[in-house]
Amino acid sequence: MSQFGTFVEIFLQALLAGILIGAIYGLMCVGLGIIFGVMRVINFAQGEFLMLGMYFTFYLVVGYNLLWFLGPSVGPYVGALIAGPVLFVLGYLLHRFLIARVTGISVAGTESEGHYPQLILTLGIALVLQNGGLILFGSMPQSVRTPLSSRAWEVPLLYNANAAVFLNKARVVAALVSVVVAVALYFLINRSRLGKTLRAAADNASAAIYMGIDVDRAYRIAFGIGIGITAIAGGLVATYNPFQPYIGLDFVIIMYAGVVLGGMGSILGAFWGGMTIGLVQQLSTLVLPTQLQNATIFVVFLLIVMVRPQGLFGRATERV
Amino acid sequence: MRSRRNLYASLIAIFVIAAVWIGLGLVVNNSYYQLMFTLVPIWAVLGLSWNLLSGYTGLVSFGHAAFFGLGAYTVTIALVQYDITPWLGIPLGMIVGTLAGVVIGYPTFRLRGHYFALSMLAYPMALLYVFVWLGYQEVSLPMKREAPAYFMQFADYRVYIALAVGLLVVSLLISLAIERSRFGLSLVAIKQNEPAAEAAGIDTLAWKMRAIMLSGALAAAAGGLYAVVQLLVTPDSVFGMLTSAQALIVALFGGVGTLWGPLIGSAILIPLSETLQANLGDKIPGIQGVVYGIAIILVVVLAPEGIFWRVRDWVRRPRAVGLGQVDPIAPPLAAAAPEPVPPQRQPILIVANLSKSFGGLRAVADASFAVGDGEILGIIGPNGAGKTTLFNLLNGFLPPNSGSVTFAGRELIGLKPNRICRLGIGRTFQVVRAFARLSVLDNVVIGAYGKTVSEAEAVAAATAALAQVGLTGRAGALAGSLTNKELRLMELARALAGEPRLLLMDEPLAGLASHEIEDMLEVIRALAARGTTVVIIEHTMRAMVRLAERFIVLDHGAILATGHPGEIVKDESVIEAYLGKKWAAIRARG
Repeated sequence: MSQFGTFVEIFLQALLAGILIGAIYGLMCVGLGIIFGVMRVINFAQGEFLMLGMYFTFYLVVGYNLLWFLGPSVGPYVGALIAGPVLFVLGYLLHRFLIARVTGISVAGTESEGHYPQLILTLGIALVLQNGGLILFGSMPQSVRTPLSSRAWEVPLLYNANAAVFLNKARVVAALVSVVVAVALYFLINRSRLGKTLRAAADNASAAIYMGIDVDRAYRIAFGIGIGITAIAGGLVATYNPFQPYIGLDFVIIMYAGVVLGGMGSILGAFWGGMTIGLVQQLSTLVLPTQLQNATIFVVFLLIVMVRPQGLFGRATERV
Repeated sequence: MRSRRNLYASLIAIFVIAAVWIGLGLVVNNSYYQLMFTLVPIWAVLGLSWNLLSGYTGLVSFGHAAFFGLGAYTVTIALVQYDITPWLGIPLGMIVGTLAGVVIGYPTFRLRGHYFALSMLAYPMALLYVFVWLGYQEVSLPMKREAPAYFMQFADYRVYIALAVGLLVVSLLISLAIERSRFGLSLVAIKQNEPAAEAAGIDTLAWKMRAIMLSGALAAAAGGLYAVVQLLVTPDSVFGMLTSAQALIVALFGGVGTLWGPLIGSAILIPLSETLQANLGDKIPGIQGVVYGIAIILVVVLAPEGIFWRVRDWVRRPRAVGLGQVDPIAPPLAAAAPEPVPPQRQPILIVANLSKSFGGLRAVADASFAVGDGEILGIIGPNGAGKTTLFNLLNGFLPPNSGSVTFAGRELIGLKPNRICRLGIGRTFQVVRAFARLSVLDNVVIGAYGKTVSEAEAVAAATAALAQVGLTGRAGALAGSLTNKELRLMELARALAGEPRLLLMDEPLAGLASHEIEDMLEVIRALAARGTTVVIIEHTMRAMVRLAERFIVLDHGAILATGHPGEIVKDESVIEAYLGKKWAAIRARG
């Protein structure tokens, strides 16, 4: 096979891997997008909730094997989906007792709108969860392996009988589940009464109060949903990627990069932002050593916030 | 804050702490405690370095591990590969840290708030992976038996304690010098209100750059000494998240924006976490991080500004909040009524074809006008007419899409607000932008920095400006405790302290009661009588008609009419656009 043919094969392989991983990044970005993009709360611990989603799925499926009746191929995905509502409750409570002290109406209009304490409080939560995770779960890398993890679909390339790209089945299923969850959330936010309440509260809290909306409750629910969605994405990542308690840090920048890239305040934008980051990460492996894969993401993130902090679709606004 | 006695007290405190620390270090002979006695000052230095940038300016850095790690690796690589002693390696690392400050600061200072914090996090994370990729996973410093002192290796551990304390004393002295200079006050002004600082003539980017360079150098020095003490450097231990976190945790826990904060935080938290780590670390591996995490959560919830401020507020509790009496407004020097027709004046500000659009909205459309030297010009128009945008274009907050602004023969477009302020254009804001936690005098002193060289001159100019607006008696009060009228007068004094030739006032009468309006008008007239040109945006027509010599009416960003107030209020198009039927009715009656 010609050198060019080989390159095309490698390129397509990276492109497809980027799309699959990008779909999962997209879902976790949607979770953060609700918290950061829509509610403008900085949650530094978002990566740690992703990690909790992973461990929740792990203990449910592997550790205690509570989903044995679903079989090894379906169980992990159902486990990941269950992580959503469970972590929703955790997020809701956390907001109720801690985050609400530094966010929302109480700080609107103050210096920097409370960002300073938010960053620090959630950094503290991140440290507790990371290291608490280390105490509870141990430092051994774990994984939620499914029979699909080691299987792949072989997609022949039409131009050459010998050329083909491989699609890991676990990643394909995880990507599909991600898309379904993201679409479901999109309809929840845009069509349902709850979604409209949340958007109203995020858009103009005081106006929403005058309309009789319980804004504090809306914030708690939105925060919980954001955490739950990211936890589902964590459960999905766990099916193809080994993890340990510190893994959140690798993902937190990916998530912020995706949300900022997609333009703050847009759920769909966050998904496409995450997708873009996945593609950049996978395609960068064509030219850069794999060890620098994560460094690439940090560089891309810096470029995004410096060149176009309003995102690809956003509009620059600044009031003096 | 400015008294000499305070300075001596701080200096004495620094040297007493250093002496006691070294004294205790001499007594301790358990090697584990000796290590702790060394680590506390090192982390305190890192905290001080973080405080220098983030504590004073309020721009939270999550990335101080970048500087710390670069310092540690500079020392290590210099020793391992080039046989350079840490005595040179640490200064070398400080140079690297300073350069990193330039490289990181210049692009990152374009960002604000959370974007700044997140971007700062990305630097050490990227460096961590780069150093792993370069193959520096675990580098140990070789023992140099032939000349240990030359290579900063001492059998007696107490030398390290002395070195660490020495670095701490230097850092404390630098912080003290900054706190007491215009450097520190400028940084605090940036923290409290960056646009106001910029409008008051402070080159905010230049001060932030100086802060990050100095901060980078100090953090690198701490990192370098850390490498020497630990004899082993890994990317995780110096570039890791916990290192960045440690920098801000010790500062936050102890107190933000004061040199004592990082010292207090470090002295409490480092022994606590190290003891836990040593006693429980093998059984409960993450205990250190959990303790730190809980410490910050508690600080944010219970004492958001840190222990130092909590204790200080508690100690000073009995003192009454109100400081001094409200001065009656100083009598105006000359209360000349506006002349019916403005005399022939030299134009001081010429605006030509100035336009600004936001998306599809034309906020200012092809505006051309001139302001005469010494006149009081009123700009009126309905809400959304583009009045404030016009001011933002004039003093450099916004770049126009087209057009030119010439002030005393100089083109202003493209200059930053602080440059424009120094050229002689002062500004007050629609919503008062005070530095709420500074005293009234300090607020005004910041306005005087543009025109003065020494601190004494600045204080003198500020005192004079306060006298001019009649706020002398409130000089010591915190800006946050002023009434609305006093705030407006203070902001006016801040603008006056820069001795502007032209003053842009955005709704100076908003929210004032009618008798307060009279006082404010007197002050403005007195200003004009001294030769300051004043351009005012205001809605209070009755006051404006008596104050201004000329009106410019803006509507939908364009100039609708220009002329004598008496004529303007009769102009039918103006009445329709702005004054409305009510005014027509009043006029008919009157």
